[in-house]
Amino acid sequence: MFRLDEEHLELQASFKEFAENEIKPLAKEIDETERFPLESVKKMAEMGMMGLPIPEEYGGSGVDQLGYVLEIEELAKVCATTAIIVSAHTSLCCWPILKFGTEEQKRKYLVPLARGEKLGAFALTEPSAGTDASMQKSTAVLDGDSYVLNGSKIFITNAGAADVFIVFAMTDKEQGTRGISAFIVERDMPGFSMSKPENKMGLRASSTCELIFDNVRIPKENLLGQEGKGFKIAMATLDGGRIGVAAQATGIAQGAIDEAVKYTTERIQFGRRISQFQNTQFTLADMQTKTDAARLLVWRAAAAEQDGLPYTAPAAMAKLFAAETASYVTNRAVQLFGGYGYSKDYPVERMMRDAKVTEIYEGTSEVQKMVISGFMGVK
Amino acid sequence: MKILVFVKQVPDTDDVKLDPKTGNLRRDGVKSMMNPMDANAIEAALQLREKHGGSVCVVTMGLPMATEVQKKALGMGCDEAFLLSDRPFGGADTLATSYTLAKAAEKIGGYDLLLFGRLATDGDTAQTGPAVAAQLGIPQISFASSIEVEDGWVCCDRDLGDTVQRVRAKLPAAVIVNGGINKPRYATPINIMRAQKKPRTVWTAADLGCDMAKIGTPGSPSSTKKVFEPEKRNTDTRYLTGSPEEMAKALADLLENEHLL
Amino acid sequence: MKSDYKGIWVFAEQENGRLHPTVLELLAKSKELQKHNGEKITAVLLGADVSALADTLFAYGADAVLLCENEVLRSYSARPYQQALTQLAEKYKPSIILYGATPLGRDLAPRLMVALDTGLTADAIDLGFDEDGVFYQTTPGYGGKILAHIVILERRPQMATVHPQICAPIEPIPGASGELIKETLCVEPDCAYEVLETRAAEKTGESLTEAKVVVAGGRGVKTEEELAMLRELAGLLGGQLASSRPLVDNGMLPHDRQIGQSGATVSPELMLNVAISGSVQYQLGMQKAKCIVAINQSEDAPIYDIAHVGAVTDYKKLLPALIEEIKARKK
Repeated sequence: MFRLDEEHLELQASFKEFAENEIKPLAKEIDETERFPLESVKKMAEMGMMGLPIPEEYGGSGVDQLGYVLEIEELAKVCATTAIIVSAHTSLCCWPILKFGTEEQKRKYLVPLARGEKLGAFALTEPSAGTDASMQKSTAVLDGDSYVLNGSKIFITNAGAADVFIVFAMTDKEQGTRGISAFIVERDMPGFSMSKPENKMGLRASSTCELIFDNVRIPKENLLGQEGKGFKIAMATLDGGRIGVAAQATGIAQGAIDEAVKYTTERIQFGRRISQFQNTQFTLADMQTKTDAARLLVWRAAAAEQDGLPYTAPAAMAKLFAAETASYVTNRAVQLFGGYGYSKDYPVERMMRDAKVTEIYEGTSEVQKMVISGFMGVK
Repeated sequence: MKILVFVKQVPDTDDVKLDPKTGNLRRDGVKSMMNPMDANAIEAALQLREKHGGSVCVVTMGLPMATEVQKKALGMGCDEAFLLSDRPFGGADTLATSYTLAKAAEKIGGYDLLLFGRLATDGDTAQTGPAVAAQLGIPQISFASSIEVEDGWVCCDRDLGDTVQRVRAKLPAAVIVNGGINKPRYATPINIMRAQKKPRTVWTAADLGCDMAKIGTPGSPSSTKKVFEPEKRNTDTRYLTGSPEEMAKALADLLENEHLL
Repeated sequence: MKSDYKGIWVFAEQENGRLHPTVLELLAKSKELQKHNGEKITAVLLGADVSALADTLFAYGADAVLLCENEVLRSYSARPYQQALTQLAEKYKPSIILYGATPLGRDLAPRLMVALDTGLTADAIDLGFDEDGVFYQTTPGYGGKILAHIVILERRPQMATVHPQICAPIEPIPGASGELIKETLCVEPDCAYEVLETRAAEKTGESLTEAKVVVAGGRGVKTEEELAMLRELAGLLGGQLASSRPLVDNGMLPHDRQIGQSGATVSPELMLNVAISGSVQYQLGMQKAKCIVAINQSEDAPIYDIAHVGAVTDYKKLLPALIEEIKARKK
């Protein structure tokens, strides 16, 4: 499907209006002050945007995956940070509970998360387990009614403001990746602490922290899925998360293009608008074509997911391509702005800084290539 | 409570340009939007429905593309939409418009409250509300800056500039609300999806049983004889140049010279 | 028959025995119209215990005063006033009826339009007879970007609500008199409408009409932070914060800050317009200011037609710089 139907067009228009009016005005300030936009989360919760694709019975809006990627893209066009806050919360925390959780876990955690009453996060990465996610050093040892969790996680998005964390830890070292389990951890569980947020190049307000677990007792009921299935849960979750990031990257790129078009059609040099120069036109054409291609990859992956088809490889391709597109497009956008593009008075330098991480998190571009070549059967 | 909200689709003002040859407004390619104060009227209706129960119907007279604003109204939470669209409705002034809207209200029937937004950004007549009330023979409250319903009466503060008047009118009544009375809600994704299934009806002049002499151009005593751009009265404006800092200095110099600092 | 209708009527809006200032303006404008059609000017006065106002009406240009006193009409209520005026208009058949575009006028006139099945032009900023001898009313449309001549060709009476202050009252003629026509009408009170109380509107600042410096914001001011810049600037200059219609319409500022259409008319020494396009109605509200400065990114904004000093730039960049500059100079 290459066109949006009426319903999706209306959804898109409403996301756009909301993003322009409520999210855009804050983007510059939160980037400069690294302030997590709690008020935006509240407004989005009221709109039903914090659990958009989660079924209504669990507090969500029951919108399909295509509607969800439209939401993330429209948010990312004006503020990449807000987009990742929603995407990490929805794809990486709400979704695994929906897919792998028990009814009690869904009632207790998913409903308030989908309603936006609580904020979620996903904690897989560790100091020695980045791209090699299987090198989990965190441990969870069963002791009576609880698992005792020890270890640390780094680069966790939303951490500073999140209430609910999906945390992965080794329950059986002997089993390798089959010894990893997933847990639902609450912020106020004793022994759970976190560092101050990372001072980052981009997505500066997304509250990326290190988590420290010091003998945190987690009730047995908070095991997500079965013991030993944690790695599979993580990989499956990341597939959906990658579609979200791909949508975010597409949005960043499109936002940069829109700003560049506006600027170049007003800026006058050598007696004419710089949009009248072929260089500008050709550059923008390249930028838009790549962004359209990224968007179609995103839609293809979203369609596969909502149709119940395998979507791991499509998601990886979408993320790989969209992230690289976002970096390329934002770099060109700054160039088109010239000196002004380098100034914080204009949004494109922020977009360029925000774009870079999309090539890194939720699986680096290299990881995506591993996934894709794996699916191609290339060994 | 059955509430009817009258909503108009208007051009996005900033886009409007005059065709120098015909003297008509160039509408092609011009974006359209819901008249902003009508969104306030919808919000008021939805808040009343939340408090008192009942239903909210949105009524629009316009071109077929006016379904856009109806969908937005349904997405905000209205229950049903009626579009009055027919060639013969075209060219209507306020009198003909009020006649047509009143016929629709009568056909829908059983209404308790009719809501209007105070001003339409195009035409700016602000007369439709009271005119429809007059057609239906019901009381009206204009310039409402607050609205409550109790025991079959609608009670409002009227913002009259220097004074505020508190009045009440027995239902059925018409209320014309000011912008700023509330902050209109967004159409939420859930409501947008639900809106796809809400009833939308289109009525023609024949459906409404209109007297053809009272609608559209034939039913309009007023007509536009001439349209023109206001004369530019050039005052030899002195334009400041340079960077914001340079302009600021020039302005500050001006203020000092005028002894305003 | 069209030709059966003669006379220019001015609705003499009064409250508690005091005439609204627009009535005198309309009488003056009627005198101009009278030069063209030679018809009698009648002020129509509804109320109770208001006969003393007739002298004022004669002094300011009325040839006749049509007085209808009834206890039911003591305070304004739309339907009783509609009833009374309908009966009078059907009996006397005026060719033109003018109302001030006041809240009362705008509440009442549309009801007469329906009751008399005739045309009504809203908020006219000028009235006249064109080269074909047709009575026209000039109205702005589309936020003031265009003007139109509206005419009511066949139906009578031709009615219009008229924007305040488009015409100055004439010099009152002391001891003037004219024809006083008293009408006793049967008017039913409206049991479905009640005025519960009237109170003064809250004032959120000093009166704009007294201000020496006014800093006004328009549609381009979108957030509280942006508005705060204007507020700060107004404070530094010892002036008042005001706005054009959009910021009052969307609730960012209260009504008493509005300049122009249905707002205040100001004539300060310095009128600083920030992100205001300057529609005709807005200009009417401030065009007499001594020094008009306009900051608007669009070089064809109509405000530049009357601005003495213009800065075609983004106010979000200029105002902070200006505030810094002023602070520095004040030290």
